[in-house]
Amino acid sequence: MSTATIPGRKKSVLSGLPVISHVNKSVGLQRGMLITGLVLTGLFLLSTVLAPLIAPYGYSQLSDASGAFPTQQAPSGKHLLGTTVGGYDVLSRVLWGSQTAVTVIVVAVAMSIFLGVALGLLSGYFGGWLDRVLVVIADAIYAFPSLLLAIVMSIVISRGQSSFWGGILACAFSITVVFVPQYFRVIRAETIRLKAEPFVESAMVLGASSLRIITRHIFKNATRTLPLMFTLNASEAILTLAGLGFLGFGIEPSSAAEWGFDLNKAMADASSGIWWTGVFPGIAIVLTVLGLTLVGESINDLNDPRLRGRKRAGGKARNKATAGTDGMNTGATTAPEPETGSPEAGKA
Amino acid sequence: MTTLIEVPDVEPDAVAPKSKSAGGGLGRYIVVRFFLIIPTIFILVTLVFFLMRVIGDPITAAQGGRLPPDVLAQRIHEAGYDRPIIIQYLEYLGQLLTGNFGTTITDRRPVIEMLSTFGAATLELSINALIVALAVGIPLGMIAAQRRDKATDAFLRCFAILCYATPVFFSGLLLKLTFSVWLGWLPVAGRVSTRTELTMGQLAAPSGIYWLDALRSGDFTALGDIVSHAVLPAIALGLLTAGVFLRLVRTNVIGTLGKDYVEAGRSRGVSEFRLVTKHAYKPALIPIITVMGLQIALMLGGAVLTETTFEWKGLGYQLVQYLNARDFVAVQGIVVLLAVIVAVTNFIVDVVAALIDPRVRY
Repeated sequence: MSTATIPGRKKSVLSGLPVISHVNKSVGLQRGMLITGLVLTGLFLLSTVLAPLIAPYGYSQLSDASGAFPTQQAPSGKHLLGTTVGGYDVLSRVLWGSQTAVTVIVVAVAMSIFLGVALGLLSGYFGGWLDRVLVVIADAIYAFPSLLLAIVMSIVISRGQSSFWGGILACAFSITVVFVPQYFRVIRAETIRLKAEPFVESAMVLGASSLRIITRHIFKNATRTLPLMFTLNASEAILTLAGLGFLGFGIEPSSAAEWGFDLNKAMADASSGIWWTGVFPGIAIVLTVLGLTLVGESINDLNDPRLRGRKRAGGKARNKATAGTDGMNTGATTAPEPETGSPEAGKA
Repeated sequence: MTTLIEVPDVEPDAVAPKSKSAGGGLGRYIVVRFFLIIPTIFILVTLVFFLMRVIGDPITAAQGGRLPPDVLAQRIHEAGYDRPIIIQYLEYLGQLLTGNFGTTITDRRPVIEMLSTFGAATLELSINALIVALAVGIPLGMIAAQRRDKATDAFLRCFAILCYATPVFFSGLLLKLTFSVWLGWLPVAGRVSTRTELTMGQLAAPSGIYWLDALRSGDFTALGDIVSHAVLPAIALGLLTAGVFLRLVRTNVIGTLGKDYVEAGRSRGVSEFRLVTKHAYKPALIPIITVMGLQIALMLGGAVLTETTFEWKGLGYQLVQYLNARDFVAVQGIVVLLAVIVAVTNFIVDVVAALIDPRVRY
C-alpha cells in the first residue's frame, strides 16, 4: 500500500485498473465486502460467457433424445434444479438468464451514458434556457417511479410483440429513459464546477473552441465518476429488467431466458408448494445485484471523504488520501459534515 | 469557488431540494416550491399523453380486431380520436383541470371512481409498509452506528444491501412459501377474505382503508382477518425501504456522534445508549425526512410489484390489468394520479424539511 503505486494506477480510470487499486487500499471488513462483490460479479460474468457450454439444455428446449421434459418436476439427477410449469429446465434458464441480463445492462447503460453525458455537458457548459428546460424535465422524470416509466416505455416500444432483440431493446430503452436524468445531473453539476476552473478559463483565453474545451478539457474530468455510477446503475438495471419481466412486459420465454419472467410463472406454483421454479431464478437475481452493489458501494466508500480523508482530482490530493488511509476509523471526525441536503441547495 | 470544490460528489442518497428560490423567508420558499409542482406534473402528463398516442388511438388499441372496421371507425369518431392530436391534447389538459379523467374503455367506469376505489388499497399498503420500514430501519440503523465497524455493524450493513438486492416479488415469494404454504399461518394472497370484504362493503361512510374501518366499527374478527392478510405484503414492501432507512440512519448518526456536543455529553457521563437515542439521533433525522420523499416514488414502484405478487387489488395491480387489456385511458389516469402524488409528497417533504432546518430555505 505504498503511496507511489496508487497515483500511477489511478491514471487509467476506464481500463478497469481502479478496482485493483481499491482492493489494495481497502482493509478488513471493507476489503471483504469488495472481494465478495468481485467474486459474485465474476461468477455472473462467467456464467454469461459459458452459458452455452455449461447449461445442460437450451433456454427454450422442451425435449431431448429421450422425449419431452416432464413439467413441474422436482430437482433430480436429470434436471438438477427441476423443471418449470412449461417444461423448461430451471438450471438452464437460470444460466442463460445471465446472458439476457448482461446484454440488457450493457445496451441500456451504454445508451444512458451516451445521452446523459452529452446532454449534461451541453447543458452545464452553455447554460441558458436549454439548461433550464433540461433540468426541469430531468427532475420531473427523476422524481417519478422508475418502474412505471419503464412499463409505459416498454408498452410503447414493443407493443406487446417481443422477439429476442425486440424485447432486449424495449427493456434497454425503457431503462435508458430512467437513467439518463441521473447521468445528466451528475455530469451537469461537474461541468458547471469545472467551467469555472482556471484551466478552462485559460483554454478560453487561448481561443479554443467550445467543442474543443468540452471534449478535451471538461469531458475527461467530468466523467471521472462514471465507472462507479455504472456499477451502481447496473444493479438497478437488473432489478428493473426483472420487474418488467415479472409484470409480463419483458421478453417471451421462447426468445430468451429472463429471470423476472420465470418468477412470474413461479408465483402460481408457490401456492401449491412448488418452490424450485421461483427460488433459483430469484437467488440468481439477488446474488447478481448483491455482487454489483457490493462492488459499487465499496468503491464508493473507499472514495468517500468521510471514510478515507480527502479524495479528489489528481496526484497531489491522492497523497493526502493515502495519508488518511490508516486512520480509517478516525476519518469521520475530521471529515466534512454529513450531508443534510443543504449544501446542494445552492447548486441545484 | 473553493467552497464548491470541497463539496463531495452528488451521491444518489443526497437529495437536493428542487427549489431555486433565493433568500426570503419561509413563506416565500413555500410559495415558490409550490409552483414548482406544476411543471413537474405538466411534463409528466404531456410525456405520458404523447407516449400513449404514439401507439395509436385508445379505442383501436383496446378493441381493434374485435370490432368490424366500420364500427371501430364510428367509435373513434364519436370519441373524437380522429381529430388532430394537438387539439386532443389541449382538450385532455382542460379536462384534467376540471377533474375529469374520462371513462375507462374496457369496463366503462369513470376513471376518477376507479382511482378512488383502488387508491385506498394502495394507500393502505403503503402506510403498512412505511410502518414496517420505520420500525425496522431506524432502530437497526442506530444499533449499526453505535457498533460501528464491529461484527453487528457488518451484519446489519449486509442485511441492508440484501434488502435492496432482493426484488419485492422474490421476497414476497419466499414469505409466501414459508408462512403460507409450509407453516400455513397466513393467507397466500388477497387483501381480505370474501366475507370480510362483504362486511366492509356494508359500512356507512367507509374510508376505504380496511383496518381503519374495522377499528371504527369495532369488528375485531374482521380486523384479525385484515391484519393477517396485510402482514406479508407489508413486510415484502417495507423491507425494501427499511434497508435504505437503515443505511441513512447509520451514516447520519455516525456523523453526529463525532460532533463536539456529543463528546461533551460523553465526558459528563451520559450513557452510550442515551447518546445515540437522544443526542445523536435527532439531528440525524432531517436527511431522513428528505429522503422519505424520494422513497415514496420507490415505494409506489414497489407497490406495483407487491400488489401483483399478493393479488392486492390496488392501483398497481389494476394498472397491470389495464395495460394488458390495452386500456390506455385508464392507464393514463393512474399514471397521472401517481405523478400528482409524487409531486405533492415531494413538496410536503421539502416544506417539512425547511420548517425543521432553516438552512434548507436559502
